[in-house]
Amino acid sequence: MMKNRRSLFERIAGAPYVAWSAMFIIAPLLFVLYFAFTDRNGSFTFENILSLTSYSQTFVMSLAFSLIATTVCLLIGYPLAYCMSKTSERVRGILMVLLMLPMWISLLIRTYSLMALLDNGGLVSTLLVKLGFEKLTFIGTDGAVILGMIYDFLPYMVLPIYTSLTKLDKRYIEASADLGCNPLQTLIKVMLPLTMPGIISGVTMVFVPSISTFYISQKLGGGSFDLIGDTIERQFQNAVTYHTGAAISLVMMILILISLAIMNKFSDNDEEIIV
Amino acid sequence: MKFLSRFYIFIIFAILYAPIFVVILFSFNASGDLSSFSGFTLHWYSELFRDGQALIALKNSLIIAVTSSLFATIMGTFAAFSIAHSKNKYYQKTMKAVSNIPMMNPDIVTGVSMMLLFVGVASILGFKNSLGIWTMIIAHTTFNLPYVILSVLPKFKQMDKNLIEAALDLGCTPVQTFFKIEVPCILPGILSGLMMSFTLSLDDFVISHFVSHPDIQTLPLYIYNQTAHNVKFSMYALCTLIIVTIFLLLVAVNLMGSKKKKVPQTKKLTGGVSR
Repeated sequence: MMKNRRSLFERIAGAPYVAWSAMFIIAPLLFVLYFAFTDRNGSFTFENILSLTSYSQTFVMSLAFSLIATTVCLLIGYPLAYCMSKTSERVRGILMVLLMLPMWISLLIRTYSLMALLDNGGLVSTLLVKLGFEKLTFIGTDGAVILGMIYDFLPYMVLPIYTSLTKLDKRYIEASADLGCNPLQTLIKVMLPLTMPGIISGVTMVFVPSISTFYISQKLGGGSFDLIGDTIERQFQNAVTYHTGAAISLVMMILILISLAIMNKFSDNDEEIIV
Repeated sequence: MKFLSRFYIFIIFAILYAPIFVVILFSFNASGDLSSFSGFTLHWYSELFRDGQALIALKNSLIIAVTSSLFATIMGTFAAFSIAHSKNKYYQKTMKAVSNIPMMNPDIVTGVSMMLLFVGVASILGFKNSLGIWTMIIAHTTFNLPYVILSVLPKFKQMDKNLIEAALDLGCTPVQTFFKIEVPCILPGILSGLMMSFTLSLDDFVISHFVSHPDIQTLPLYIYNQTAHNVKFSMYALCTLIIVTIFLLLVAVNLMGSKKKKVPQTKKLTGGVSR
């Protein structure tokens, strides 16, 4: 009797969430679909999707920027995670707090901080002029936007890789050395495959926010930069262009889902999400 | 080798923290320009609090963070309970997939989709103004839910199933069993879910940007609006206050965490004795 009532209780307990996710997770996506495929009068059209060809350059640039940022984050982050995992336990604890702190500070504040450093007439350019270099402008360049992405999202690359490195059984590395691998071979044949879930997780956590950012490009791009995020954000300032905005969002979402699916093929589908 | 590794860690962390230190330093800068430090002042702090807007934004942020994290924690805990105990594999898989959507989607898509939902529903119902504090609470609850489920679900799985059986056999109703047996067992998961939702909600800018009414600002939105056009040193003061608060919280949590680690051992010991 209790058992039956128990399973009833189990079903009722989940009901609010089922209703909530139908209303506020599924329904919004349907609204995106609806807006993407209708015009202002509400009749069905492919116009919005077809008009996206004029944004193809924006898509290519966003993709290039976020791929560069992700690659650089991986190249900086993996060695950093490795070095961190080699330190003593006490140092590791401190380093973890230092790594988490930037993740807790709003992206807004950190981008704004970077802007303070790179601003025309800011510390870096003043310092360079004092050292006898020519006056350089950082804000508004491609480099500044990519640097912003790297700076903002690097901790998200390091943390999951670090976690999978600390879980790695050190005996595998000893064994591969004993069996005649040089350090490079050990890295490629043993460490990289074993830490792949961490790498995939890190790559996702850098790539997705980079390709969809609009704040970084607004601040560090000097207001003249157009990535996908900026384009979407602009469409939603004015009700007339909601439909185009929905179409761009839809395409971006599909692009991201495809790249996530491709990446997940590389890992063993570990259900590990490290926040 | 060890020296190199330490040096590398030092360099990367120095770069990671340089902009943050610049903001903290220049929030006390008398001259109000970014090129050099020319004397200590608290002027920017008093300017920050002069018009009271910052405090209103803080109040809004706290209201939204507290409400949405509580909603999300309660609903998410029940949802995790239902998912963990369900014997229906299909239900489990669907629920997990659905909760993954807000985590996999870039924030901008989540924000846009919710905005379209609110605007769309409002226009169907004939309301003019659809966005306000409630839409923000709904949006924040929605993006918090997956994190709560993710931190509670494993605790249900780790729990000793015999305890539940025993409670039911001894005459507890399913609801009593849930509150008296299961909730205490999964409490660490609930608390970390609550903490995470609270901080995610305080931190969120992108989703709030799309679902908020211009009159209702949270702290990140306030910073965004204030820094839209030029450098404002009172915003450096606000950023400094936020950074210091987060730092203190993180240290406090870590100290509590290191104390907690000792507890299970003593618990195990006393448990062994009483048996």
